Amino acid sequence: MSFINYASREINCKIVYYGPGLCGKTTNLQFVYQKTAPEAKGKMISLATETERTLFFDFLPLALGEIRGFKTRFHLYTVPGQVFYDASRKLILKGVDGVVFVADSQEERMDANIESVENLRINLAEQGYDLDKIPYVVQYNKRDLPNVLSVEELRRELNPTNVPDFEACATTGEGVFETLKAIAKQILFDLKKGK
Amino acid sequence: MSNPQLIMYDEEFKQINAVIEKLLREANAKVIFLVDKNGQLITGCGETERFDTTSLASLTAGNIAATGGLAKLIGEKEFSILFHEGEKDNLHISIVAGRVILVVLFDTRSSLGLVRLRVKKASEELSAIFGKLLQKSEEKEKSGDSEFPFAEITDDDIDNLFS
Repeated sequence: MSFINYASREINCKIVYYGPGLCGKTTNLQFVYQKTAPEAKGKMISLATETERTLFFDFLPLALGEIRGFKTRFHLYTVPGQVFYDASRKLILKGVDGVVFVADSQEERMDANIESVENLRINLAEQGYDLDKIPYVVQYNKRDLPNVLSVEELRRELNPTNVPDFEACATTGEGVFETLKAIAKQILFDLKKGK
Repeated sequence: MSNPQLIMYDEEFKQINAVIEKLLREANAKVIFLVDKNGQLITGCGETERFDTTSLASLTAGNIAATGGLAKLIGEKEFSILFHEGEKDNLHISIVAGRVILVVLFDTRSSLGLVRLRVKKASEELSAIFGKLLQKSEEKEKSGDSEFPFAEITDDDIDNLFS
């Protein structure tokens, strides 16, 4: 849940990037990190293995500016995508304000995508959240690869509730900020409603 | 929701800062900070400018979450105190009021025993303040008296953040 500090006039929100292993969650954060002005970002932390697979989480704090005199900070986290890190994934979802699901568009990764979305729903429910009620966007990543499914097919399987979705190529940055902006918008509008 | 939103008001913020500043002196500590269990830094005192407090906050919360997971696996509710010993600096991490993490960084000018003793007393004071804080925001929510700054937020406000 977001943290509102009237004393220092700050609002902090937590965004979690979720998805199957090697779908590009960390790459999303790396691109955001590279393209953000130094004064707007903190240090990016990656708790990863020697082969650069995420072990616990990546963390990137962003201070994008002020809204109505309140400093607005977003803390971006990724989860480890590999199936056997489920205990860690649950922990990172604690206190989440919004989720980005990063799907791997490649045909052979469809089963992994579906398994990961189901896992997301279950892990959120354990923390008392309903995926259909929290801010949520879907990103179809790796659109530049040759063996990708059509967006229609991906949408049918992965986005039945029609939340905002985006095509992306996280390595070149295409769609990365569009995705981030969409989730930030949903979170702030939720705050506005006083949820 | 499992955890209600944390809202901090001026009055309690000052009280909290007074408690941790006293703890800093009495425990001979270098830095103290308070972190929400979700990884948000609430406040800090001491030589905070020497450290990346945002990262410290996030990693502390991750640490508490991971040890909490371990605790559950062996049938404990949580491990309420963690201690990390370094060559020069040490970290004493404890859970206050079930949802806030108190981190005390100290070196050889202090000792684990002293820190533990002082933290215990400060924790009681902090628990009382956080209890009041929670009650206050619940009351405000019930009475509809929320001075929420985002009530009139527009699409343009959000677009401007990313421009």
